Amino acid sequence: MIAKRRHAAAWAALALAAGLRLCAAADDHTLQEIQKYRQMLQEGNPAELSELRGEELWTSPRGPNNATLERCDLGLGPGQLKGAYARLPRYFEDAGKVQDAESRLVHCMMTIQGMTREQATRDWYRASSDIEALITYLAAESKGEKIDAPLSHPEEARMYSTGRELFFRRSGPLDFGCSSCHSLEGRRIRLQELPDFIERRSAERFMAQWPAYRVSQGAVWTMERRLIDCFRQMRWPEPDYLSDAIVALEVYLQRQARGAVMEAPGIKR
Amino acid sequence: MANPMKIRARVDGDVVQVRVLIGHVMETGLRKDAEGKLIPAHYIQLIDVTYDGRSILSAQWGPAVSRNPYLAFKFRGGAKGGKIRVAWIDSTGQTGSGETAVE
Amino acid sequence: MHLAIGLWSAVGAALVGCTAVPASADDAAARLAEQVLRKSLSGATSEQWNTRVKQDATQAACSKFRNQPPPQIAAEIASRARSAVRYPQNAVLIGDWRAGEQLASIGTGGQISSLNPEAPSTPRGGNCYACHMLAPTEVAAGTLGPSLTGYGKRYGTSTDAAKTLYQKIYNAQAFVPCSVMPRFGHNGWLTPGQIADLVAFLLDPESPVNK
Repeated sequence: MIAKRRHAAAWAALALAAGLRLCAAADDHTLQEIQKYRQMLQEGNPAELSELRGEELWTSPRGPNNATLERCDLGLGPGQLKGAYARLPRYFEDAGKVQDAESRLVHCMMTIQGMTREQATRDWYRASSDIEALITYLAAESKGEKIDAPLSHPEEARMYSTGRELFFRRSGPLDFGCSSCHSLEGRRIRLQELPDFIERRSAERFMAQWPAYRVSQGAVWTMERRLIDCFRQMRWPEPDYLSDAIVALEVYLQRQARGAVMEAPGIKR
Repeated sequence: MANPMKIRARVDGDVVQVRVLIGHVMETGLRKDAEGKLIPAHYIQLIDVTYDGRSILSAQWGPAVSRNPYLAFKFRGGAKGGKIRVAWIDSTGQTGSGETAVE
Repeated sequence: MHLAIGLWSAVGAALVGCTAVPASADDAAARLAEQVLRKSLSGATSEQWNTRVKQDATQAACSKFRNQPPPQIAAEIASRARSAVRYPQNAVLIGDWRAGEQLASIGTGGQISSLNPEAPSTPRGGNCYACHMLAPTEVAAGTLGPSLTGYGKRYGTSTDAAKTLYQKIYNAQAFVPCSVMPRFGHNGWLTPGQIADLVAFLLDPESPVNK
């Protein structure tokens, strides 16, 4: 399989190239089969069910104030849903901070519907949670819109810078940071294709797919759910839900993906 | 909305394409929870699709069908405006149904 | 052995420098990020912070320079790495390839999640297949690192080959400063004995890697 040569350096280089070519051949077939599986999944995306439920929740009077979320301002004005998700995270004057879709949604659940933070975020990460449904609905309202998280307010700039630092920050027993897996082109872990977030085209392709239904979980995962799970895999402690670290990372990723046309909710293994 | 259902039925040449998405846990009865206890089986056992009252598809499902099942099929003899109705019953006796008009 | 180091350095450098990387951190931005992280990890115990979040000098440098350290820093990292390698007590560098094969497939262990808890007794491994092709019969292999299929056929089982490979697995940054490969031995993720078993998995002619 691998030729032996006299000159070790040349031989090793040839071996590496040969190994890569062989890997590529095996890859093509494997990737083809994975693509077929993905196409089959696209047609029956259970996220549509979450979307339906989210729309119902959005328009139902709930919480101590018995109010609907229809007046919620997601950045484009009260009740303006079309394209709002694609333009998050952003700075909100009334909150005095940069918020992503999830923190803004919870802000509305608290200020308009009168829920406490605990009530609004209870079991947020469990399958079929209210937040899962609401976020799926909000994201679907941005289908076809270009990702365009703003970078005009000083707070947005600070969060972008922080997100970028966190992306490259390595620590822990495996020396992992986001960059360990997400800064090299065309790689995969086992058979899972990895987005390269440094490469804008790759960032665009992947960010357009979130939130996404994960077949393995039987649930739609929000962007925060996915990012927090990365920390588990990196063997770090998990950042708090809605914390600035997660929002900052999202600012960085959304800026890397700016211009991408939203396709969410996506569907993944 | 305990078990939401989304049905799409479209005329496509001389057949009608039907796509149904059902929200159902489809628990196999073989999984264990975090404490090691078996999660009881809970899956759709019978599903029936009618067109204008006439049964056009009947299936017996089991634990091998995934969570939030997706059913897609096509049939002849349908036309725009015809009524598609989907009804199911699961292993605990719960039922669900939905309907739509062919587009 | 120097040739092997040279090869690994070249491969590592080529792999690290594949995509255009943004400029390195400015210290103010890094300090702000650290503050934000502190506040956001409010649930972490101080033990968890110290063992999983606090950076050592190498991690801090690699983060700052986006894994492309300038030559001076790179030399310091490699030198620190080489001087801290610990070998098995019995000095056997080529262990049991069957044990190594197991370790190469295990990707669990060491997780501290509350959303998706992992039992503390969950075994650890090197999770080599996550990033490398190894035994050709294993299709589900990653491509973050170079293919290691046929490694033993290429490098043999000499003491030099075993020692270089042992060092590489113990602390890859001894050869490629800021390599993304975890410092399995240096960080205490794998024991010297386990690393020797992985060396065997790669070098032993009987190992599926070399069949």
